[in-house]
Amino acid sequence: MSMTITEKILAAHTGQDQVKPGEFIEARVDVALGNDVTAPIAIREFESFGAKEVFDRERVVLVPDHYAPNKDIKSAEQCKIMRDFACKQHITNYFEVGQMGVEHALLPEQGLALPGDLIIGADSHTCTYGGLGAFSTGVGSTDLAAVMISGKIWLKVPESIKISFDGPLNRWVSGKDLILYTIGRITVDGALYMAMEFTGSTISALNMDSRLSICNMAIEAGAKNGIIAPDETTLAYVKDRAKRPFSTYQSDPDAHYCKTYHFRAEEIQPQVALPPLPENSRSVDEVGEILIDQVVIGSCTNGRISDLRQAAEVLKGNKANSRVRLIIIPATQNIYRQALEEGLFQIFLDAGAVISTPTCGPCLGGYMGVLAAGERALATTNRNFIGRMGHLQSEVYLSNPAVAAASAITGKISHPREIISE
Amino acid sequence: MKAIVGKAWKYQDNINTDEIIPAKYLNTSDPKELARYCMAGIDEGFVLKISPGDLIVAGENFGCGSSREHAPWAIKEAGISCVIAKTFARIFFRNAINIGLPIIECKEAADDIKEEDIVEVDIDSGKIINRTQNKEYKIMPYPEFMQKLITAGGLMNYLKASRR
Repeated sequence: MSMTITEKILAAHTGQDQVKPGEFIEARVDVALGNDVTAPIAIREFESFGAKEVFDRERVVLVPDHYAPNKDIKSAEQCKIMRDFACKQHITNYFEVGQMGVEHALLPEQGLALPGDLIIGADSHTCTYGGLGAFSTGVGSTDLAAVMISGKIWLKVPESIKISFDGPLNRWVSGKDLILYTIGRITVDGALYMAMEFTGSTISALNMDSRLSICNMAIEAGAKNGIIAPDETTLAYVKDRAKRPFSTYQSDPDAHYCKTYHFRAEEIQPQVALPPLPENSRSVDEVGEILIDQVVIGSCTNGRISDLRQAAEVLKGNKANSRVRLIIIPATQNIYRQALEEGLFQIFLDAGAVISTPTCGPCLGGYMGVLAAGERALATTNRNFIGRMGHLQSEVYLSNPAVAAASAITGKISHPREIISE
Repeated sequence: MKAIVGKAWKYQDNINTDEIIPAKYLNTSDPKELARYCMAGIDEGFVLKISPGDLIVAGENFGCGSSREHAPWAIKEAGISCVIAKTFARIFFRNAINIGLPIIECKEAADDIKEEDIVEVDIDSGKIINRTQNKEYKIMPYPEFMQKLITAGGLMNYLKASRR
């Protein structure tokens, strides 16, 4: 029977020849991920269960990124719980401050997420690794505990929806815009429980950073996972990073999809998602005059080197508006170093930006740029719910890094062409 | 299964996990502490008005957003006995099942129930009973595997039992 790539990966991890949407399976897990906010509960459950050892100390990955470097005493205690557990369990892939990065940028960079993997993570944006052609999904802390014990997870096989983009991208349009555009059309529960499979010539032409951005936000449409089938770009990306063998899967040509969408890339301009939902996206030209107080460029959605380069292209020779706090957060130490070596930091500093060590920080209203009542931020993050970045009476708008950079300069949400003429 | 009956507290569509438990409270994993801030992102008076056994009744996509298990923990520890919604976001749904917080998808009941109606849920008989409005609704049975998790009282109990 024909299967989609998602179904094939799931089948391969159950030892069955095939799986069907709606079926409950118990699947072998390749990578189990937790962070400083979600791992403590998992560790508590693990220990109350009486478990002594994790199922595989090479396959449990622990990253302090949300409130690390330690935001306050309680966060320090949570990070310590995770650190102590990692030490006791001899976890190979525990990343201390100084090596850590935002988890969903870190794992692909380190070759810890590979095509054909089945990855679960106690973080909703674990769906990011679908950009590498893995099945990857967010779960809760108790699920993580159970996987750390048994190495297996219960899953319901999702229906798949196909989203294809064809044609070349307009200037300043990247993966972030494609996913905002998609969520704008299908809404925040338009892919509820489903696998979102992205295909088409536009997708094939994207670099890995953009593919990861797209799959990162699959959860914002309610999806179980997002996925882009591996190709030459994927293989080139993982070639020097993978430290273990991996398999690649492709959807069968006659695989079943419960819904199919076709979008033409040429119709898509840079997108902005207005609060309070990621589905409120529209072209940046249709947003109107929106003054902003803060711009954040970073996060697991858009904190990678391509994103920083794009921001630098717009910021070069320009200064942030005096009313705008421009906060730039490279997502990993390697990205940080690379941006420094490429001269991007010079551009950012000359523009009046602050450059933070990798952290999730402001994305979830943690620290490193929280908003007061009445303030407005434009961010390259993935959620704009009420109160997401601070006070309940603050607002968050979402965009790609080029729009964010342009807006930091003008002081209001702007198309990059206002800075760099076409 | 323990009897569920209490007052219903109504919410709209897309109640997200930042509303259920704002991120600023995620520097703890103590359910008792989390419970103090249950629904603080949308209804700061929530914990003061509810009584143990009360229910949350909501629209589509309840619990969307983050995977934070702190959300169902806060709800459970605050004393909410059950969440009825038209639909649930998938991570919240599985988290609730995993920790033993009863959740029910029932569009009709979610629409009809009004704020502060007294609602009873009889999971074994598969019924929601609105005592205030004198109406009953059928609950779709859970898939067999989920029934096992629910009967065991959550994932960890199920895992323990399956290893014996």
